[in-house]
Amino acid sequence: MEQKDYSKLRWKIVATTLCFSLIPLFALGFSVYKQFSVSYSAKIMENLRTLAENRRSTINLFFDERISQLTTLAYTHPLNQLKEEGYLDKVFDIMQTRSKSFVDLGIIDEKGNHAAYSGPYNRLKEVNYKNEPWFAAVKLRGVYISDVFMGFRRFPHFIIAVMCREGDRCWILRATIDTDIFDGMVRAAQVGKKGDAFVVNRDNVLQTTPRFGGGLLGHPKSPDFSASVGTRVEEIELDGEKSLFATTVIAKNKWVLVIREDPKEALTPILKARYSGGLLFIAGVLIIVAGTVLIARAMIAHLIQVDREKAMLDAGLVQSSKMAALGKLAAGIAHEINNPLSVIKEKAGWMKDLLEDEDIAGSTSYKEFESSIDKIDQHVERARKVIHRLLGFARRMEPVHEMVDINRTMDEAVDFLENEARYRNIDIQTDYLENLPRTKSDSSQLQQVFLNIIDNAIDAIGKDGEINIKTDYDPRNRQIAIAIADSGPGIPRDMLKRVFDPFFSTKESGQGTGLGLSISYGIVERLGGRIAVESPEGRGTTFTVYLPIER
Amino acid sequence: MEEFRVLVVDDEDDFRETFVNRLQRRNLDVDGVESGEKALEWLDKHLYDVCILDVKMPGMDGVETLREMKTKRPLMEVIMLTGHASVESGIEGMKLGAFDYIMKPADIDELMEKMRQAHEKKTLHEEKIRQAKIKELEGHPARVFEQIREEGT
Repeated sequence: MEQKDYSKLRWKIVATTLCFSLIPLFALGFSVYKQFSVSYSAKIMENLRTLAENRRSTINLFFDERISQLTTLAYTHPLNQLKEEGYLDKVFDIMQTRSKSFVDLGIIDEKGNHAAYSGPYNRLKEVNYKNEPWFAAVKLRGVYISDVFMGFRRFPHFIIAVMCREGDRCWILRATIDTDIFDGMVRAAQVGKKGDAFVVNRDNVLQTTPRFGGGLLGHPKSPDFSASVGTRVEEIELDGEKSLFATTVIAKNKWVLVIREDPKEALTPILKARYSGGLLFIAGVLIIVAGTVLIARAMIAHLIQVDREKAMLDAGLVQSSKMAALGKLAAGIAHEINNPLSVIKEKAGWMKDLLEDEDIAGSTSYKEFESSIDKIDQHVERARKVIHRLLGFARRMEPVHEMVDINRTMDEAVDFLENEARYRNIDIQTDYLENLPRTKSDSSQLQQVFLNIIDNAIDAIGKDGEINIKTDYDPRNRQIAIAIADSGPGIPRDMLKRVFDPFFSTKESGQGTGLGLSISYGIVERLGGRIAVESPEGRGTTFTVYLPIER
Repeated sequence: MEEFRVLVVDDEDDFRETFVNRLQRRNLDVDGVESGEKALEWLDKHLYDVCILDVKMPGMDGVETLREMKTKRPLMEVIMLTGHASVESGIEGMKLGAFDYIMKPADIDELMEKMRQAHEKKTLHEEKIRQAKIKELEGHPARVFEQIREEGT
């Protein structure tokens, strides 16, 4: 496979694996986060509602207590007693010892004049309330809680007034409530750094001072909640910031308590969870990506190796099956040629026999006949030799098994050809591995292989050159490698595949049979080894014989 | 030149006929047959000293024919004629009692030499047998009658 295909496959594996691992991760993370934040938000709203309702109960209780205190006071004392000098002061003192929520007390008669007053503002005794709006309201309803107002004192306050009937007369018990205490009760609902709590009346006028935005008796910056009914919690975006608002009505539906909470503060834990969750998620994604890439790379590397091994195996199989087929072919041809060759030889012999007869011996063409018959004989002999060698390649001769010292076998082969090499000014260099293990093989057949290869090398160089012979041992594969390299012109790439084919020769016709290397190939294969050839363009040729170590 | 009788067994007509002619020219008493079966028939009627037997023949092959011949005529020497691809058959033939083998295309002089050796061996062998018989007769003269009776049947 091409390098491009491998990287394409790698990306495919990476993409697929990432898809299948990241999509569930995303889905899981998203849904868990969503679920968590929804339930957490609901919890926050619920908390806020509880807070608002608690406040409402507290404030309503406060008001109910004040009203009942005043009602009790009004209905248990006749007006005349309360009017007595000092009596109201006494009652007020008693009330003050328990709770400082009342600022003053006053008894107002039908005409709106103070019948009695107890408190720090003695000036008020002179004030007539007949025209005040609350005066009419209290006469109408019996109990009245006023909005906060500045009043005659020029100080924010509100009053609770209770009307009491005594016979045909009626009078009013009025008490001023300390706004500080009321404010304190409202402010208790202010949560966190940005939380707020305040009270507005039905005209959206602030009855307490909010923490942020707007002053007492002004309008709050928040939306208008003055028309609220019951208790509600909602999220409202204000000036680009989301806020949670809880509203509840208090003080006999007169006022609305507004509690504002910053969801960011309330949601801090979930934001923290989101932050750490996000980090975990990114780490997870990184690990998955890294793992996927590593696995894909390892898989591809393995695949490349397997493919390479397979390609080598295929090449080897192709080569050996080709050689086997060629062997069969050679044997078939040799046999088929051999029979007619025998007949030709016998016929020629018979003609030669007949030439000895006297009458023919005298013929003028006798010499011609004789030399022709001799030539036939000669060429039959030549053909016979070719067939003999061809069969040598094809024949399955069982090799002898003896312990062979490859270095010595090679030395003998080199000795054999050294004269020839010297004559052509070719230097044969040997680089033997000392202690090269001996192996069970056939030394004479191996020698034939070495002779063939070196002989070819000498022919390839022609004149002036070098042949390097190197023996090596690979303990991992338990094999001996014998490399024979020449400094010749090399073998063209297209011919390289055919060098082991029988009758393939680059030499001039008549110079070589083209059988040497194919015979060598057959021998080495029978001995359990293999021959490889390498010929980098223009840098000579190297034949390497690999032999297994057998004992 | 000593004369002896030769049987040539080869399925290739051109080869066999020429071969027979050449051997006859060398003063040998030669017959040629084209198959193993024919050769065995001939052996029933004729006596030969040496047989040139082709290994590769259709029908009965050389090795098989050799086996039969050796039961019929144990003393006759056989020279196997092999192709390159059938040297092993030649060797097998020698294990079965053939005198030698020669590769095709054969050189006539080489073959003549081998036949001569084969004939010599046969003659020697027969001489030994004769000597042995004489020795036996010397020890037990009465056996001569048995001998005559045996040869008569």
